Amino acid sequence: MAAVSTHLEYDQDYRGAEFGYPRYSKDDLEPYIDPFDLPLEALNPASPSLFFRNLHWKHFKRLREEAPLHYTAESMHGPYWSLTRYADVKAVDMDHKTFSSYPAITVAEPEDDLPLPMFIAMDQPAHGPQRRAVSPVVGPRNLAALEPIIRERAGAILDSLPVGETFNWVEKVSIEQTTQMLATLFDFPFEDRHKLTRWSDVTTGSPESGVVESREGRRLELIECREYFDRLWQQRIGNLEGNDLISLLANDANTQDMPPDQFLGNLVLLIVGGNDTTRNSLSASVVALNQFPDQFDKLRANPSLIGNMVSEVIRWQTPLAHMRRRALRDVEMHGKTIREGDKVVMWYVSGNRDSEVFENADEFDIERANARSHVSFGFGIHRCMGNRVGEMQLRIVWEEFLKRFSDVEVVGEVERVFSDFVHGYKTLPVRLRARSPVKVQ
Amino acid sequence: MPRITFISHDGEVHEVEVEVGRSVMNAAIDNLVPGIDADCGGECACATCHVYVDDAWVEKVGTPDEAEDAMLDLNPERTSSSRLSCQIRITDALDGFRARVPEFQM
Repeated sequence: MAAVSTHLEYDQDYRGAEFGYPRYSKDDLEPYIDPFDLPLEALNPASPSLFFRNLHWKHFKRLREEAPLHYTAESMHGPYWSLTRYADVKAVDMDHKTFSSYPAITVAEPEDDLPLPMFIAMDQPAHGPQRRAVSPVVGPRNLAALEPIIRERAGAILDSLPVGETFNWVEKVSIEQTTQMLATLFDFPFEDRHKLTRWSDVTTGSPESGVVESREGRRLELIECREYFDRLWQQRIGNLEGNDLISLLANDANTQDMPPDQFLGNLVLLIVGGNDTTRNSLSASVVALNQFPDQFDKLRANPSLIGNMVSEVIRWQTPLAHMRRRALRDVEMHGKTIREGDKVVMWYVSGNRDSEVFENADEFDIERANARSHVSFGFGIHRCMGNRVGEMQLRIVWEEFLKRFSDVEVVGEVERVFSDFVHGYKTLPVRLRARSPVKVQ
Repeated sequence: MPRITFISHDGEVHEVEVEVGRSVMNAAIDNLVPGIDADCGGECACATCHVYVDDAWVEKVGTPDEAEDAMLDLNPERTSSSRLSCQIRITDALDGFRARVPEFQM
């Protein structure tokens, strides 16, 4: 039998399999053991409990040093390989002919009761035309048009913040900024925009993370999402002038006849892609500047560093911790064999801390010369589509921030997301200090 | 050494010298020509060194290979003269090469 399978041969029964591993939750965390005290084969970085407590870094350090290709035999997601070095992550990401994105791009198996086919989790030739249908909305021309809108909104959001009081930066800035942006990209009813935030959280959420009560609850909310968008879709059929994501999908020959599950899959892809990632990078910028106050001083003294700081935040945070692939043939690497059909996890969060590429990789350095080389956007044909719109939002928020405030101080405990995929923050209590009332133009 | 020219989106002209064997992307980065990001360092992995090759040079630089073609395809503003500058090697025959740099990289 040929070594190469197509995605049509994927074993459907494998989906949603239960792996007999305990399903730990936010309220019942997996016990922590120092990774250097464990036998190498017992390391299992795909554990939301680790990320929730920010305790994943040492696992990746050990894997990068001792087992750059590592096999975890048992986990809540079944068996998987981990790649943790920058060069390996990049090489596998680029090799889409050997490493398939189908049927899912996260280590978790797709839910069998609600499959979400989406173009990020498709191979060529299906992937290209669907991506091309929507990419103009975040293309260069549209971006130039969006810049003043982003600036105005960022300014309004920052002006509404209570100076001198403690508030949650995630809720009042990160979510607000990215949700407004997303509403614009979809031309989504503005007053209902918080539904987008909710659907984004529900897509990547689980009962264990506390985001949804049950799998059934998650399914029902996502169906509500599809129905809502179905109405918008119907209204926009024939709207050839529309440059919003719905009009583009509804009127492109490659996407206008999508079956309902694929419609929902691509929607949630665009919602999560346009939301969670920038949201968590915006929150991360505050965390990083507080952890590295010398960098905050540098930024205040020289706002022209904002552009490079944005890339450095995206490297330092890595808002999506990994992407997953499936080997389409046997592959030899680092003296081991990945077997055809095996699940391979590219840990972006680790590649971005690889000291072979980034000097003092754990430090946040807004003048880092190669910050742009981070792997957070991925490399190859699945590279992040909205990277420029994400960067633009971060840049503008910080440009507007420095016009108004001299400091944002983290004043309480940070709560992180319970996920091994979305690498971010739920709560970030901060207090602002206004600029001294000297007239600055 | 061959001399090549980059024209920015706003019409600014950058003429640079480049060693044979280097790439057009290298020539831009080494000489601080604005508008080329080259995030991946020249491995045809990010498509942020996109240029529009001057009509007179399109045939001389040849056509993109499969990998480059797939990456160029990610850009909605691709045209028939689009190339990734990291994939164009400088030879003596490219003395006088000209390309336009887009306003934004994807």
